[in-house]
Amino acid sequence: MEFEAVIGLETHVQLSTKSKIFCGCSTAFGAPPNANTCPVCLGMPGVLPVLNEDVLRRAVMVGLATGCRIAERTKFDRKNYFYPDLPKGYQISQYDMPIATGGAITITLADGAEKVIGLTRVHMEEDAGKLIHGENLGHPDSSYVDLNRAGVPLLEIVSEPDIRSAEEAKKYLEKLKAILEYLDVSDCNMEEGSLRCDANVSIRPKGQKEFGTRAEVKNMNSFRFLQRAIEFEIARQTQVVTEGGRVIQETRLYDSARDVTVSMRGKEEAHDYRYFPEPDLPLFTASQEYIAAVRASLPELPDDKRRRFERDYSLPRYDAEVLTASRAVADYFEEAAKGAANPKIISNWVMGDILRLVKERNTAPQSLPVTPAMLREMVTLMDEGVISGKIAKTVFEEMANTGKAPRAIVAEQGLTQITDTSSIEAEVDKIIAANPDQVASFKAGKDKVLGWFVGQVMRATKGKASPDVVNEILKQKLSA
Amino acid sequence: MSGLCALTIHELADKLDKGEVTSEQATRAYLNRIASLDKSINSYITVDAGGAMTQAREADSRRAKGERGPLLGVPLGIKDVLLAKGLRSTCGSKMLENFIAPYDAFVTGKLRAAGAVTLGKTNMDEFAMGSSTENSHFGSTKNPWDLTRIPGGSSGGSAAAVAADLCAGSLGSDTGGSIRQPASLCGVVGLKPTYGRVSRFGLVAFASSLDQVGPMTKDTRDAAILLNAIAGYDAADSTSANQPVPDYTQGLEDGVKGLRVGLPKEYFGAGMDDDTAAALRATVDMLKDAGALVSEVSLPNTRYAVPTYYVLAPAEASSNLARYDGVKYGFRSPDGGGLLEMYQRTRHDGFGAEVKRRIMLGTYVLSSGYYDAYYLKAQKVRTLIRGDFLAAFKQVDVLLSPTSPTPAFPLGEKVDDPLTMYLCDIMTLNVNLAGIPGISVPCGHSAGGLPIGAQFMGPFFSEGMLLRAARVIERASGAMARKPSL
Repeated sequence: MEFEAVIGLETHVQLSTKSKIFCGCSTAFGAPPNANTCPVCLGMPGVLPVLNEDVLRRAVMVGLATGCRIAERTKFDRKNYFYPDLPKGYQISQYDMPIATGGAITITLADGAEKVIGLTRVHMEEDAGKLIHGENLGHPDSSYVDLNRAGVPLLEIVSEPDIRSAEEAKKYLEKLKAILEYLDVSDCNMEEGSLRCDANVSIRPKGQKEFGTRAEVKNMNSFRFLQRAIEFEIARQTQVVTEGGRVIQETRLYDSARDVTVSMRGKEEAHDYRYFPEPDLPLFTASQEYIAAVRASLPELPDDKRRRFERDYSLPRYDAEVLTASRAVADYFEEAAKGAANPKIISNWVMGDILRLVKERNTAPQSLPVTPAMLREMVTLMDEGVISGKIAKTVFEEMANTGKAPRAIVAEQGLTQITDTSSIEAEVDKIIAANPDQVASFKAGKDKVLGWFVGQVMRATKGKASPDVVNEILKQKLSA
Repeated sequence: MSGLCALTIHELADKLDKGEVTSEQATRAYLNRIASLDKSINSYITVDAGGAMTQAREADSRRAKGERGPLLGVPLGIKDVLLAKGLRSTCGSKMLENFIAPYDAFVTGKLRAAGAVTLGKTNMDEFAMGSSTENSHFGSTKNPWDLTRIPGGSSGGSAAAVAADLCAGSLGSDTGGSIRQPASLCGVVGLKPTYGRVSRFGLVAFASSLDQVGPMTKDTRDAAILLNAIAGYDAADSTSANQPVPDYTQGLEDGVKGLRVGLPKEYFGAGMDDDTAAALRATVDMLKDAGALVSEVSLPNTRYAVPTYYVLAPAEASSNLARYDGVKYGFRSPDGGGLLEMYQRTRHDGFGAEVKRRIMLGTYVLSSGYYDAYYLKAQKVRTLIRGDFLAAFKQVDVLLSPTSPTPAFPLGEKVDDPLTMYLCDIMTLNVNLAGIPGISVPCGHSAGGLPIGAQFMGPFFSEGMLLRAARVIERASGAMARKPSL
């Protein structure tokens, strides 16, 4: 029997606001334990939450950018459970009246087709702190609580169960990340935990309408782990069903070291969170004017930018897709392509060497020694025939290592292409004279030998001769 | 100097203004009186003699520089549910027995700025849950009028301290009657403001949608003065009302001529003691004599108040009290064990019986499968109860009822019978459920000489009118002239 996977993703995004969601404490990462705390986020007796307006604004931005309906009336609720990293004994979240509902994210599949993944909801909530276990501090019997993260604002973004493969899940999360980065609402750093993702995975016989029993998979802190965990989970469930068993509803943790998912807790151990409306935060209304103002402040989003790149720069869909996957890369490209005669050449360099450097150096394109202006100048030098494509590679590496401007590099290292025919002719004459056998075989009809002659001339001129000119002259002289 | 302690806030401030007495002298007089009398009354959990004397000397030096203010140098007692930075704030619980407040509540900050002297923190039912102040980890407070009787609760310490002249005035908190009922039973004035009138920041939460801070004083003018000091918008409390604060002492003496007073018939039924009924009849006559127009009205959903309250308040409390888990501050069971054992032992040993009863009740009504039948239903009834009041206020300006169905009862009489105890607040709960203000003012005494209070209830933000109506009764009944003999 053939099975189909049904997958929905729940993504937690840490918002990069200056202060926490319900108090004025800093959200900065890496402060000493409990440095970023106050009576409110410590859950002291008598404290009250006050909503950070910047959190609401960012939530509305994400809702609008993903085509959600923004709730006219919304409220917060308490999610009650005991854990040492949860200072109040409840998390302030949104239960049945989230800020945004009913949006969608469009992904491009491997075959170029588009697929729309529905968004169920976007809601605001506070993060918990974290526990540091005493083994690492020489006190194996104790655990320590760090509440710096308690009260850091989160958005939970829940997809519809529209995803059918691990590949689609990865593309969905990549697209969501791109949108969040474009909006500049989060650092989206999966390793540091500012973008976290849980997957609800089930399988069903192909063609069946009803959903199978799902497992919730947690602890996937990279795109690769997300894909691997879902692939494992689909295979596991398929094996269970194929062998006549039944999938049980449970929470499973992905173990990246062993590349498996393992059971964490079953349905019967699930919490009863006793949600009820947060009495300390009254129901509130996001006015139409407010929503309109936030909408007006939205930047151009990935899909719009991609379409514009295809149109304005005559780029292939693939190029536009790669360039706009990151706002930083798209910005880099646009800056470099300013006034460029052939944006496709710029696109090739950005997709190739620039992205390679970004990856190698683990940095933003804007932080590379090669500025967009330098890249543009280098391409101009090629267009003007001052350097060849081959020399351009050398110039690029030099820029990347020293940050020197391309014209300066060309001048310093004497890399200017030799287009002066007389000096090339002299070299050609020397080589023809020294290689009568090769000349003979060319004359006998072995056209391939021409390539050998070109190589000899290029070597003699240290690559600086214009290959076009060399070809021209060689053909002339050999045929004479 | 014991006569000094009998002064009202405004009388003392007058003497301070005239230089007839210093705050240091007044504060020392109160501290001496507390030292000699409070062993038998137990109205204070913590007395901060050193801090009080420092504040008194500061107030005197501010006055010496020409500064004036109705609370400058006036010694007050603060209910132990309100945080005062640097002072132990126990909430009447073993759980917070050694908890030192790291910050000032909004209202204590206001009092500090006004130059009031904090004598100490007054006794209360644990986490404000109770009607007799018998649920305190620090022992019961006794009623100054009869030391074998309860002072009411949960602000019993504040009420007793005011009645026994152990402070010039006090702040209490009221979730279902916790200011008004003890005020009634101890013969003092107690005002529960409109929900949102006074910031709850730094008031240890019992039931967040019902809690309000308010004054407990020797007369209505003092209540107006204290309310002036603590009312107003606070950006740190999202439920605080952004409404201008009038001067509540203005118009206090304007009387009730032409005021339409409604008697809700549901409040005058069975269960009311004869002396209380007689005192209320006399109160109605006083109002008529003063020119008020008295008529009967109906609040048909009154009978649902107790069950509605005892679903909603415990539900919120079960969540509000989750933070007392032994992890961060307060009591932690020393018996060790793993995390779950630590939680269980800490909460088992740290909370008293009534608090645990309400946590269990609240947890139950919020549980999956029961939420709709209890919590959600109670919220709907709450809306109906509020609707009753809004409808009544289309016919009348203010409502009058007894504050408590009976005068103070003997210690121990109801403490083991929670359902009977819950009925003590039958006259006061509705006001919290509706979010409206209510005041209790002494209106007479029982045959046995125990104080009886009358309750006025008004529309949102009608505190000025309530004080004015209460002032008429205060003057006409002369009930304030009688003092407990200690």
